[in-house]
Amino acid sequence: MAKKEVDNRFSKFGTVSFADITHVNDFIDYLEQGKLMGTKCKECGKVFFPPRADCYHSLASDMEWFEVTGDGELLTFSTLSYAPTGFTEEVPYTIAVVDYGEYRVFGRIDGSLPVDELKVGMKLKAVVSRTPNDKLTYAFQKT
Amino acid sequence: MSRVALIGAGQSVFSRKYPGSLRELVFEGYKEAMEGAGITNSDIDATIVCSAPEYDKQRSPAGVIAEYLGLNPQPTIYVESLCSSSSSGLRLAYSLVKSGLHDVVMVLGVQIMSQISSAESQERMGRGADILWESPFGTMMPAYYALHAQAHMAKYGTTPDDLARIRVKAATYGQLNEKAVYRKPVTMEMFSDPENFISGMVSSPLRGGDCCANADGSSCIIVASEEKAKALCDKPVWILGIGAASAPVNMVGRDGFTGLSVGIEAGRQAYKMAGVTPQQIDVAEVHDCFTIAEMMAYENLGFAKPGEGKDLIASKETYKDGSIPVNVDGGLLSKGHPVGATGGSQIRTIFRQLRGEAGDIQVKDPAIGLVHNIGGVGLYGNVTIFGRE
Repeated sequence: MAKKEVDNRFSKFGTVSFADITHVNDFIDYLEQGKLMGTKCKECGKVFFPPRADCYHSLASDMEWFEVTGDGELLTFSTLSYAPTGFTEEVPYTIAVVDYGEYRVFGRIDGSLPVDELKVGMKLKAVVSRTPNDKLTYAFQKT
Repeated sequence: MSRVALIGAGQSVFSRKYPGSLRELVFEGYKEAMEGAGITNSDIDATIVCSAPEYDKQRSPAGVIAEYLGLNPQPTIYVESLCSSSSSGLRLAYSLVKSGLHDVVMVLGVQIMSQISSAESQERMGRGADILWESPFGTMMPAYYALHAQAHMAKYGTTPDDLARIRVKAATYGQLNEKAVYRKPVTMEMFSDPENFISGMVSSPLRGGDCCANADGSSCIIVASEEKAKALCDKPVWILGIGAASAPVNMVGRDGFTGLSVGIEAGRQAYKMAGVTPQQIDVAEVHDCFTIAEMMAYENLGFAKPGEGKDLIASKETYKDGSIPVNVDGGLLSKGHPVGATGGSQIRTIFRQLRGEAGDIQVKDPAIGLVHNIGGVGLYGNVTIFGRE
């Protein structure tokens, strides 16, 4: 008897993924196509990043995908010299929050951008990339 | 309206590695609170056990602990809100007593964190954040607070030295606290000594000295109705105001990084209920898991205007003899941070202060005290105001 297939696409996200199933697993397919996507409620137009399957505003679960494009503004950042279990091989790395106006995006600063060039308020763009252990992710680069 | 009081408070010694089991550790805080209150366990109508899951190996600790303390068949409930678990427990105890369901409720906080490695505990703490969308990037608590420190520095010109001064104050009082993990002095020079772990970068701009350490410890608070408090206790401490709030777990849901909205909102509720202003607080315990957290608490609680927290610490106004003494027991930075026990330890300090029983760290004649206890990275916030009258 064949086992029922489990849609565990989300386990491909990040150096260590702590979950493998969500209703927004298509996020992973878009990353594989080089696109960073959020969701927008078809009922009320509310925009979500990270993407959600359900809208607490309209109570609808009917979403359309939109691509995170253009420049955002660096709100804050920190470079880690220590890391939790599973990430110790990657230090130092820098996490950041970037403001796109209608939504904000949390992620890492791309290794190609020197830390001493970072400044709160600077423009950055999100680019889909791979982690050292070849999983899907995205990172912020200079515009 | 009948009031609700504290009639007892205790804590264990906080240590890097407790040489015993969870139930034995809880007994230490319980013993101090019960001896101080001079009551017996038949006076306790219910227990609330507070801790954050996955640090301790014992699952569902409430039952094990109630049995060990001889508190069967009274009901026991488990409560968690990460680092503010025991303040959430106090909130539940308050409502159980206020409703008339119980007369005396005990709030037990506990955590053993030394059963796992530091990197493992950082991973578990990181999972107190958003495991779908943040943890896969390798987040940990110091990094989240570092995001706030970076933003505070960018907006207000706060410096690493401003933050270091908070650690120096904590160590001044940690030396006097026989229950604290760290009892050695910390100086500004140590922050510029490359050989010292205090100066080592953990997550920029936070250095070793800016961070509290995990610890093993327990706390115990006894909450009673007005009638019972008057019958059982000579010097009850009254709960005047109790506030609590939540905020988006993911950093992208936050409108800013220079403060914690839960601290502002819980404080607003507590001040309103107590009918007091920030300037009327005589002594405060705030959640200084990191130096930046204490700096933000000054501003979020109204002890200083936004951006002016650095002036408050530079002028030593938060020292014992200043206008608003804060964390004169050494704070989390010196005591250590056994997550589930921390709120109860803060409450114990204010209980002793308001009763004039704080010994070397006694603030001069305080009438009103405040406890600010945060869970996660400003995910949960509890502010409670206590009075002598």
